[in-house]
Amino acid sequence: MLELVTVSLLNGVVYGLLLFMLSSGLTLIFSMMGVLNFAHAAVFMLGAYLSFQFGRWVGFWPALVIAPLACALVGAAIERYGLRRVHPNGHVAEILFTFGLAYVIEEVVTMMWGRNAVANNVPAVIDFPLFTIFGSTFPAYKGLMMAISIAMFVFLYVALKKTRIGLVIQAALTHPKMVSALGHDVPGVFVLVFAVGSGLAGLAGVIGGFMLLTQPTLAHAIGPIVFVVVVVGGLGSLSGALIASMLIGILQTFAVAVDYSLLDLLRALGVAVSRTSLLHEALAVKLATAAPIVPYLLLVLMLIVRPRGLLGTRDV
Amino acid sequence: MSGSTRYVVGLGVTIACLAGPASADVKIAFIDPLSGGGAATGILAQKTHQFYIDAINAGGGLNGEKLELLSFDNKVNPQESLIQLKRALDDGARYVVQGNGSSVALAITDAVLKYNERNPGKEVVFLNYAAVDPALTNEKCNFWHFRFDADADMKMAAMTDVIAKDKKIRKVYLINQDYSFGKAVAVAANKMLKEKRPDIQVVGDELHPLQKVNDFSPYVAKIKAAGADTVITGNWSNDMVLLIKAGKDAGLKVEWETYYGGSPGAVTAIGEAGVDALKQVSEWHRNATPELDATVAAFTRKYPGKENEYTYWRAKTMWEMFAAAAKKAGSNDPVKVARALEGMKMQTSLGDVEMRADNHQVLQPLFVSTLARGVKYDSEDSGLGWKTDAKVDAKATALPTTCKMERPK
Repeated sequence: MLELVTVSLLNGVVYGLLLFMLSSGLTLIFSMMGVLNFAHAAVFMLGAYLSFQFGRWVGFWPALVIAPLACALVGAAIERYGLRRVHPNGHVAEILFTFGLAYVIEEVVTMMWGRNAVANNVPAVIDFPLFTIFGSTFPAYKGLMMAISIAMFVFLYVALKKTRIGLVIQAALTHPKMVSALGHDVPGVFVLVFAVGSGLAGLAGVIGGFMLLTQPTLAHAIGPIVFVVVVVGGLGSLSGALIASMLIGILQTFAVAVDYSLLDLLRALGVAVSRTSLLHEALAVKLATAAPIVPYLLLVLMLIVRPRGLLGTRDV
Repeated sequence: MSGSTRYVVGLGVTIACLAGPASADVKIAFIDPLSGGGAATGILAQKTHQFYIDAINAGGGLNGEKLELLSFDNKVNPQESLIQLKRALDDGARYVVQGNGSSVALAITDAVLKYNERNPGKEVVFLNYAAVDPALTNEKCNFWHFRFDADADMKMAAMTDVIAKDKKIRKVYLINQDYSFGKAVAVAANKMLKEKRPDIQVVGDELHPLQKVNDFSPYVAKIKAAGADTVITGNWSNDMVLLIKAGKDAGLKVEWETYYGGSPGAVTAIGEAGVDALKQVSEWHRNATPELDATVAAFTRKYPGKENEYTYWRAKTMWEMFAAAAKKAGSNDPVKVARALEGMKMQTSLGDVEMRADNHQVLQPLFVSTLARGVKYDSEDSGLGWKTDAKVDAKATALPTTCKMERPK
């Protein structure tokens, strides 16, 4: 029991940090620019493919730097030549633009690397057991992922809250004309934010690429869960996103470990449900089987009870 | 008649002439995922079917007619499949080929049965090359459906025969996808293990959502906590690859008894950790015969590259049997071909093959194989490949059926 709890807790933290890594760029872009970027998961996937390609040419460590930079450049170009023109038409236009962009990136990726998963294996330098816990090994690349995820949080937190440029960025969101009048380059700030957000997605892609499967459906596989994290955490709240990620990661991991159903709970309470009852089948579903819907259940509940999310400052 | 009217009439006649011979061709609808999650498997199957159809056409076609493959994308969705089936029928298809997803196959077989009842003289035959829910040839069977893959129970019988002889196996964990096929695997495993090795303990019986799990680590932790020495799984595609990848990362030391350990990407994902540990049940593998079959070699030349690695031997069996049935019937009419297919026997390089008349389930040799080093033909350029542990002859794979089908008069 202790073994399962410890290992599940560790797995939950790992999964939670992976979710935060995936959603940090999205929450940055949303909080600083007010743009709900549907292409975020696609940029993440692009990062995974680019790191795979660069990894083959120049090795893993350079790729860890080059792939996110390439994604940041792509992000800057998207902002400068796409989003900026769409922006005056309002939020719906922005959402539709990023939505379409996600499909474009996906098709480009499919054309360049094919429909099947590429052999994006864990690089040999980080493919060794870091430590052993209750006989289960803990791979080094997961350790690297956790370190990168935490570093992302610290970097964003310090950059936004403690530096001058962070102040300017935050001000540019709410009072763009005033900031502009003070002599700051507001459009430049937006390009920077979008580039950093995309770069973070790319960095997540480098690690996520070999933790998951690098194939054109990667964006679809993680797209929905990233939005759950951002909404539950509170749109635009960095700390909220971190808390929500950990919450979802740990909840989902523990749910998998629980082999009981609502039926067992009712039985323990002394309520009998007949086998022929319509409810019997629904109640007999084990929590473990339903685990992957836990985040979405949380999303729905959160929107009903507290639409602004855990630490959000405004409603969805 | 003015000049322009004559021209229009002439054009109409020309079009009619052009359309004439084309509509006489035998149209075959391929309904499978060509985009989204299952696209990799669907497109590979499409290429394989096209390859064998091209071969039939190159040999002069069937009864003087050419075969034409029309492709329809169903995104592995039963509702979408029915819409695509309707389109296929409107386009004049008389044969339907589908394989990915038993839920889809169950929807199609029902729809085909109803269509044939309402449209006598325009009957359609369903050739199923991969959907293995046993129901399709038992309680849900009908005259129009023919299955060319061994069903989940037949594969489980072969797998448990090998397990029964392995005294090292004491604790088994079942992990499967939460839909008709995954449940069928779990039911079969429980039943057959109890019969063949009552001393084996089933320490876990897990169902997880189909193609929705990104990280299998929590499941691996559970397998480990249960103390399992063997895992039985019917998982395919991403669910197969991610499961063994998570197992490898956690240093899980178990024997993997799988249906689709040969899924694209699985061998690459597990690598050396799978040697002597990853097993699969299949109708063929690259080292099933001492030399690679000529059509497999030709396919590889036509479609090079890892993502086109030949997988669907059963497609070869299917089209050879189909061609033989059409020749025997002396017609490409679906009703006549279906009658000829019933009970048809054929010899292949792997052994005898037979289409059962009572439930339209093919009987073909099955192989239980293990991932090994130093085999003649490796998989996915990994240096590792499949080595036969046991071969079950076609006759021995037969299981009792509950099928009672009505045949057209």
